[in-house]
Amino acid sequence: MLDPGIILAGVLNGFLAGGIYVLVAVGLTLIYGVLHIINFAHGSLLMLAMYAVFYLWRLVGIDPYVALPLVIAGAFVFGFVLYRLLIGRLSHGRDENILLITLGLSIVIDNAALLFFGGDTQTIDVPYAGSFVELGAAFLPLPKIISFGASLLLCAVLGLYIAKSDTGKAIRAVAKERQGARLVGIDVDNIFAVSYGIGIACLGAAACLLMPTYYVTPSSGHAFVLVAFTIVVLGGMGSFVGAAIGGFIIGITEALGGLLLGEQLGQIGISLIFIVILLLKPTGLFGSKA
Amino acid sequence: MKKQVSRRGFVLGTTALATLSVPAIVGAQPAAVKVGLIHPVTGFVAYNGQQSRLGGTMAIEDVNKAGGIKSMGGTKLEALLGDSQSKVEVGVAEVEKMNEQGVAAYIGCFQSPVGIAASQAASKYNTPFLIDVGASDLIVNRGLKNVFRLKPGFGVCVDDGIASLGALNKAAGGIAKSAVIVHESGEFGTGTAKLLQGKLPSIGIEAKELIAHDNPTRNFDNIALRIRSLAPDIIMMSNYGNEYMLLARTLYQQKVNVAGFYSILGGGFNYKFVKEMPDVSQYMMDVNHWYNPKSAKAVALKKRVEDGGALFTFEVYLTYTNVMLLADALERAASADKEKLLAALSSSTFKAELMPYGPTKFVNGQNQGAKPGVMQSLKGDIEVIAPEEFASAKAVFPRPKLT
Amino acid sequence: MSPRALPCLAGLAAAVLFPLLAPNYLVNVGMTVFFIAFIGQSWNIAGGFAGQTSFGHVVFFGTGAYTSTILQVTYGWNPWLAWPVAMAAGGAVGWMIAVLSFRAGLRGSYFALITLAFAEVFRILANSVPFTRGGLGMLIKADPRPINFQFRDPIWIYYLALLLCVVSILIAWRLTRSRFGARLVAIRENEDAARALGIDVFAEKVKVLALSGAMCAAGGTFYAQKYLYIDPNIAFGVDKSVEMLLVSMVGGAGTIFGPLIGSFALTGINEVTRWLASVVPALKNVQPLSLVVYGIMLVLIVARLPDGLMSLFGRKPRHA
Repeated sequence: MLDPGIILAGVLNGFLAGGIYVLVAVGLTLIYGVLHIINFAHGSLLMLAMYAVFYLWRLVGIDPYVALPLVIAGAFVFGFVLYRLLIGRLSHGRDENILLITLGLSIVIDNAALLFFGGDTQTIDVPYAGSFVELGAAFLPLPKIISFGASLLLCAVLGLYIAKSDTGKAIRAVAKERQGARLVGIDVDNIFAVSYGIGIACLGAAACLLMPTYYVTPSSGHAFVLVAFTIVVLGGMGSFVGAAIGGFIIGITEALGGLLLGEQLGQIGISLIFIVILLLKPTGLFGSKA
Repeated sequence: MKKQVSRRGFVLGTTALATLSVPAIVGAQPAAVKVGLIHPVTGFVAYNGQQSRLGGTMAIEDVNKAGGIKSMGGTKLEALLGDSQSKVEVGVAEVEKMNEQGVAAYIGCFQSPVGIAASQAASKYNTPFLIDVGASDLIVNRGLKNVFRLKPGFGVCVDDGIASLGALNKAAGGIAKSAVIVHESGEFGTGTAKLLQGKLPSIGIEAKELIAHDNPTRNFDNIALRIRSLAPDIIMMSNYGNEYMLLARTLYQQKVNVAGFYSILGGGFNYKFVKEMPDVSQYMMDVNHWYNPKSAKAVALKKRVEDGGALFTFEVYLTYTNVMLLADALERAASADKEKLLAALSSSTFKAELMPYGPTKFVNGQNQGAKPGVMQSLKGDIEVIAPEEFASAKAVFPRPKLT
Repeated sequence: MSPRALPCLAGLAAAVLFPLLAPNYLVNVGMTVFFIAFIGQSWNIAGGFAGQTSFGHVVFFGTGAYTSTILQVTYGWNPWLAWPVAMAAGGAVGWMIAVLSFRAGLRGSYFALITLAFAEVFRILANSVPFTRGGLGMLIKADPRPINFQFRDPIWIYYLALLLCVVSILIAWRLTRSRFGARLVAIRENEDAARALGIDVFAEKVKVLALSGAMCAAGGTFYAQKYLYIDPNIAFGVDKSVEMLLVSMVGGAGTIFGPLIGSFALTGINEVTRWLASVVPALKNVQPLSLVVYGIMLVLIVARLPDGLMSLFGRKPRHA
């Protein structure tokens, strides 16, 4: 019933979607890897970033892609400060508590957004939104291709940063062995805040890349974050490479599942792949023992 | 059994209850009739809930400004505002709380599951429950005497929609032979889609596939791909606002060509969509709750709402009209007594001036006079193309091909 | 009788007398408190006592709700008879998830998230298969007679919720007194050490998940009988998982009364903030503010009391 052309097109769609998922997941896995916290506020923060992109476009007229450096920087600062002032202070370093605190934070952020921005759906209309690239049976919208490319680029840059720079090395040290890092003089608390900031900066980037083809409401962050959690665990919590590969696996699974089983039933594909991979590899594809 | 209540407790208790309810109005004016508005003003559908609440509170203001319920000596209406948080148990908790405060009738709840449970809870107290928005036909098929739904259920919307589509198709020489139905996976979308699937053959159209999707859906690329491979003549959608808009935009961006978009209760078909995305929405048709464009009152209300910075979406005027229905019943019953009010509502022939309805007649709680309108987005505005007596423009079908 | 028994009995007496004096609305709130405490305790037994945190506990809730509802509506079973079947179904699902996950060696956050995935699978399946009527949901015919597990007077539903809550507390209490419970705590504190001590870690974890699943499923049936309508989102939506987790952790995970205290606190805050928002004049859409306050209070409670509210009473789970 489904010819290979359609399947291929679906895979391409999945790739493009996966690009965005990867960006959201990478931030989440970094936060987990370094701080060992499951950041329940991730979705709400994505939503805030998306509103920032929207208002920059609506009030100042900045194109979302052009706004990338601005939003990334702003998101980093926001995340850094949020960690320093709230999360770091309130959690007493206890993992379960940070979970609840980020949960409480997400409730506050979601409803504050509802209060200030209102509940209506906001969209961005960019002039090139209607352009697309035809590849066989696939009609790939230009914004999605740009987003995909930008996402890959940003992940590569981030990966290099973490691998080569001093801060990056410090981050990896703290992720691997917190006490040891402290003993060699690394300012662990600062690294925590920086890592959280980077995680949120990734959300800022994702927001810029999402807005041309999606929309924002006070609840829209959550749809992406649930799938981001899946990807992070799938790839192995704390594994950068795992998040990247996991993102594409999930994107393609979602596309194929949707095509073969129908969109709603197809979503089951994501959960099933997740379950199967975890049962086969209990710490995720690239994760290490907890 | 003896109730052990200390005097202090009694005083504290009654004071607390008194502060919860309306402070006694000094003077000859009787106490207000309390109307409970229960809507999801927070959460995923906060926008819709807030629009409903807007309509309800405006209507109550208007009734009071016009002198209140005259047969009750000018008694005013008072709004009790409840947030259902989109949850069944919270909606029911609000029902209980408002009952404590002496509510005379409820209006709510936007979402069918909440409406079902809340009206069930209200039936314990025999309090009238007016369903302003809530498409599931399960709402009115339970044999409950206190449930009244002024708007049409999805059964009627489907029937009217099919009839109109059939007429359009016939006028275009029967060019549409196949359709794909995209629907949200909840009771509203599923119910509508199944009904459509069963009735489309009667107008010569085959439902090739039913595609269900979640709320929310992250992207519609794969559905667009599927639709393109099926190449239907008509695409029909039954879903909530964001998904409707996203799907329409995706299909437009992917240059999917169809003879027409014909949605039944398409959640995103409203002024905001049409004005913000005129190219995407052009020629799309929707069978939905709409106000009567030939009613001066409706047009005036529209202006008032828009001047206040809000959009004139169906939640606003449906809840508004339900308040008017209630006020009319109170007038006729000349009392807020539950039995009398229920009787007045059951026998109501209220003229729903804002809506393109026939005369009100409740059978098993469903208003038989309720009708949806068929609208089309033309030149950046929404025109009513059916029923004929309310039409403001002629339909364009099939739509011109996308270049 | 131990000195702790007296305040417990006094509390129980107060709970029994409460609905006789309070208005219906508060009786409903009380029922909610005890019900949430009950399903919270089901989470607590696995997550608090045994340390197996789950994010998808609603999977048991929904299993119970659908089992009893389908038996009742489609096959005409009496709901009281369907109730134990629902519990058995919940236990079976708990057993299945535990066997699959623990056999594969899943722990900590990985286990937590796989339970979430299972809940999602069930939700989507419930939306897609005909015997649950999919997205249309299932309606239970209203016939408020006790034999139908429906009550006209809210006081009886209240007492039933109270009974369930008391039973769950007794179960938790028994856990603190039994060897089974001691083994669970050992597993929580250090799974590898427990294994070295000769505890069959796998078997114990499976047992506790089955117990937890059965309890939670009982709550699912109760809920369906109270509200008379379920659909896949109500039955398997993530909100209930969060609620169960929240009340237990805020109250004090691993303590006997944690879920009850947590339920009191969170339900109370929710009621008060919702009420405040409805009486604040002029600001028509100030409702979100009530949830902002709720979130802030949650953060403050967790920040101030890292071991949960029960630590105010000097009760803490022993930590390694």
